[in-house]
Amino acid sequence: MAAAAAGAGSGPWAAQEKQFPPALLSFFIYNPRFGPREGQENKILFYHPNEVEKNEKIRNVGLCEAIVQFTRTFSPSKPAKSLHTQKNRQFFNEPEENFWMVMVVRNPIIEKQSKDGKPVIEYQEEELLDKVYSSVLRQCYSMYKLFNGTFLKAMEDGGVKLLKERLEKFFHRYLQTLHLQSCDLLDIFGGISFFPLDKMTYLKIQSFINRMEESLNIVKYTAFLYNDQLIWSGLEQDDMRILYKYLTTSLFPRHIEPELAGRDSPIRAEMPGNLQHYGRFLTGPLNLNDPDAKCRFPKIFVNTDDTYEELHLIVYKAMSAAVCFMIDASVHPTLDFCRRLDSIVGPQLTVLASDICEQFNINKRMSGSEKEPQFKFIYFNHMNLAEKSTVHMRKTPSVSLTSVHPDLMKILGDINSDFTRVDEDEEIIVKAMSDYWVVGKKSDRRELYVILNQKNANLIEVNEEVKKLCATQFNNIFFLD
Amino acid sequence: MGEEDYYLELCERPVQFEKANPVNCVFFDEANKQVFAVRSGGATGVVVKGPDDRNPISFRMDDKGEVKCIKFSLENKILAVQRTSKTVDFCNFIPDNSQLEYTQECKTKNANILGFCWTSSTEIVFITDQGIEFYQVLPEKRSLKLLKSHNLNVNWYMYCPESAVILLSTTVLENVLQPFHFRFPPKQAGTMSKLPKFEIELPAAPKSTKPSLSERDIAMATIYGQLYVLFLRHHSRTSNSTGAEVVLYHLPREGACKKMHILKLNRTGKFALNVVDNLVVVHHQDTETSVIFDIKLRGEFDGSVTFHHPVLPARSIQPYQIPITGPAAVTSQSPVPCKLYSSSWIVFQPDIIISASQGYLWNLQVKLEPIVNLLPDKGRLMDFLLQRKECKMVILSVCSQMLSESDRASLPVIATVFDKLNHEYKKYLDAEQSYAMAVEAGQSRSSPLLKRPVRTQAVLDQSDVYTHVLSAFVEKKEMPHKFVIAVLMEYIRSLNQFQIAVQHYLHELVIKTLVQHNLFYMLHQFLQYHVLSDSKPLACLLLSLESFYPPAHQLSLDMLKRLSTANDEIVEVLLSKHQVLAALRFIRGIGGHDNISARKFLDAAKQTEDNMLFYTIFRFFEQRNQRLRGSPNFTPGEHCEEHVAFFKQIFGDQALMRPTTF
Repeated sequence: MAAAAAGAGSGPWAAQEKQFPPALLSFFIYNPRFGPREGQENKILFYHPNEVEKNEKIRNVGLCEAIVQFTRTFSPSKPAKSLHTQKNRQFFNEPEENFWMVMVVRNPIIEKQSKDGKPVIEYQEEELLDKVYSSVLRQCYSMYKLFNGTFLKAMEDGGVKLLKERLEKFFHRYLQTLHLQSCDLLDIFGGISFFPLDKMTYLKIQSFINRMEESLNIVKYTAFLYNDQLIWSGLEQDDMRILYKYLTTSLFPRHIEPELAGRDSPIRAEMPGNLQHYGRFLTGPLNLNDPDAKCRFPKIFVNTDDTYEELHLIVYKAMSAAVCFMIDASVHPTLDFCRRLDSIVGPQLTVLASDICEQFNINKRMSGSEKEPQFKFIYFNHMNLAEKSTVHMRKTPSVSLTSVHPDLMKILGDINSDFTRVDEDEEIIVKAMSDYWVVGKKSDRRELYVILNQKNANLIEVNEEVKKLCATQFNNIFFLD
Repeated sequence: MGEEDYYLELCERPVQFEKANPVNCVFFDEANKQVFAVRSGGATGVVVKGPDDRNPISFRMDDKGEVKCIKFSLENKILAVQRTSKTVDFCNFIPDNSQLEYTQECKTKNANILGFCWTSSTEIVFITDQGIEFYQVLPEKRSLKLLKSHNLNVNWYMYCPESAVILLSTTVLENVLQPFHFRFPPKQAGTMSKLPKFEIELPAAPKSTKPSLSERDIAMATIYGQLYVLFLRHHSRTSNSTGAEVVLYHLPREGACKKMHILKLNRTGKFALNVVDNLVVVHHQDTETSVIFDIKLRGEFDGSVTFHHPVLPARSIQPYQIPITGPAAVTSQSPVPCKLYSSSWIVFQPDIIISASQGYLWNLQVKLEPIVNLLPDKGRLMDFLLQRKECKMVILSVCSQMLSESDRASLPVIATVFDKLNHEYKKYLDAEQSYAMAVEAGQSRSSPLLKRPVRTQAVLDQSDVYTHVLSAFVEKKEMPHKFVIAVLMEYIRSLNQFQIAVQHYLHELVIKTLVQHNLFYMLHQFLQYHVLSDSKPLACLLLSLESFYPPAHQLSLDMLKRLSTANDEIVEVLLSKHQVLAALRFIRGIGGHDNISARKFLDAAKQTEDNMLFYTIFRFFEQRNQRLRGSPNFTPGEHCEEHVAFFKQIFGDQALMRPTTF
């Protein structure tokens, strides 16, 4: 009893250190062309946090403008992307001509207790990776564009006023979901995880999609996912990349709970009482039996570089299989259409989902027992954006969990930066702390990062291990040893 | 009713013979399918015409009384004529044999000969009212030898020459049928075996009339390789049934006869049966129409019998003009329309219609083209067509039609059609394969059962579908490309489902279509999931697409790698991209670096204008030379003199590797 009582109160007082992860200080969007004549603040299209005093906003924007202008004199085609200071880092991005997005991230902090008991703050200036956060900033724009179209389009549709409204509406919510502390290599890649599947099941899915597009003749594009992994995209790669990001980090996680609740739970009971299939809408009407159900679907914008299409995004899911039907925004899906979709797609998707599940299990069994290997890896192919990571656990809406130490993740990021500098294929092997080895390989637009933990391994052994890994995991692609 | 609506027709070139009249008797032999026109008992001539031989056989014979039955043995070797109820007369038609007639009396005392059938060129069966007698004819001795006989009371008989089965009607009600099967192995006396008898269930009839089975209501025919006894069951007027039906009894080689199918006619009156291309054709005289039944099409199964309905709506046989031939054929004379369904028609199995009064023998034929439009259910249409003899072009036209803009079928229907085609295709491929395996195993001599599978017209392979359907289909500009791709993928899916290896040209068609519409990302995804199977031609095609779609290069290299037989190609591709080091590392990785041409690599290295790269490559080959030949120098055969000179020029003589001497 005594021992328990004694243990209960004790905390890790020995290490008098507190760590604060990187955090978003501010985020703003401006257009220098809007400023000079009508007053400085007109340049600012969006500013977070909004509470900041007007003059300070103008000052900060002005500073960025100056930096960009100044650096442009040295490198006209590639102006500054980031600015490093002791306390923070600023990232600049010009996604559309003269529209600038700036993100200011505070460096991670370690708060130490000095001898006299006063806290001492130490900024970790070298912790943040430029590439990671530049990618996050670019993603912010892509996500905005997906749901709102380009800045220019908003200007054409309703001038600065409309653009400001849209930015406010979108970023107000979006910035809260950024989670800068858990950004890493995967944010640089912005890849897509593909679901491994045998040819026959894949063809069945093809057949299903084609039939659905035929019977629901207003569907323009379709995407098919299983287990949050992509199987088919009718959209072009870049559009799919950001839609995939939205689906897997925002839409799907929000709908996990009702699914886990099962059929008999009260949440499930609210769903249309359909016994024939498990299909349901993730966007659009919740209950098809409700005659007043709203058939409002999110709008998305794709192919903004040429055809500039505005679409309704219908996401429909049965068990682990999700289909995105995209229909032209000029067509308004009615409740009747939704019911029809439900009655056609629901049963077939349910069958297909269990087929995929079955096939997947068969393949898994055939490929042998899933032993936890000695290593973890991240793979990315620039050509098809295929991404595979055994480092990351399942993504949740709030945070992406990694199973390795942040320091190792940082090494991965550093290797990636090295790869970016040269065009040639190369290989980097790093000996990290506590028996860890990190290997980075780049071969014809593919990158592979391996983390090994082997006691007393030497360089040759590590090299051999990685060769073995390539032979087992990547034997069907051309990947140079 | 347009002409395109008739699905039955009489053959264009009928067998023409002299009309039956008081002095000219006409006989038909079902075995040889010959019509005998016997004038004045043969004294003024007998003319025999068959369907195939356009040269009729004519001869004279003495008029020894009224001819009751006249038939040639198989191959027209011996003529048998029955003139009395006790005897049959024979006459040899074999060269060098006596042509004097000889006679055989039936062995059973007091029996009357009902008729006879030839079962081979020298074997004959007499059917009497008291049994059957099986004889061998010895033409050179002008005598017959009794092989076997069997006694039972016979009301009437029926012979099916294709299966060599004689059916005897016995008992008072005439409805117990006793089949006999005759086998005639070559060069050996034939055998006769008695099969289990069976009873035809007669419909309930009013008490006043005695029910009995009429010969007219029975037919025998081979359908899908199986012998059936077809019974036309008229329903008595008193019962409130819907109409007559045809009951099919399956008569297997071994085992008991079994009632299998019932064809619902839904009408009453006078009927006649034919079997054409494995279809049962039922003619109805009252309405002058016919219907067809296909027992392979799905019917309603009640646990023991399958009920079938007509495949198509009833239609008349296509109107027929009697051809005018000979000197009477003057242009001004219009052809005479032939009276169809005439009461003077006599129908024989399987497909023969004879008009004795007009002097014509026709074969009944099924026309497939009109059926395409009469059967809207494409799945059923395919099931039907795939069983027909001359189906290939019709099926291909159905495929083309369902992909045409005006008659476009839905994808599920298209999928069903492809699946049905490939099911048939796969069956054939499997049969071919097991045949090939059996031949390889050397079973060909030991097992007479081993036969090369016959490729019927229903086997439509990828090249047929490609040539006649798909290649034209993808060329159609007005087709939405989504539909084109969906159809191609559906065909590929179907082939895969039946585990048929997809031919390269189909993949090429998919790629061509995708590239035409700039759908590279789709193509990429298909390749990613290996929907388009790896092959060298495909890899080369991808390489050629690199300028339009850069990732094609990577896809191509991956494919070459997976093929594992294309290492030379991989090296070439890498060298062409100036990836000399990568090429060298690759070839070393697979252990082929001792056999590569140094000159090729040095050339490529020199072209990169990267001196350090050149140095590395040069040194690699020096080391190879050292290892293989004990000296770093290149041999004259390697033609590397200019590279050695180039190396010296840049790095100096002293940079060359020193030969290690011992």
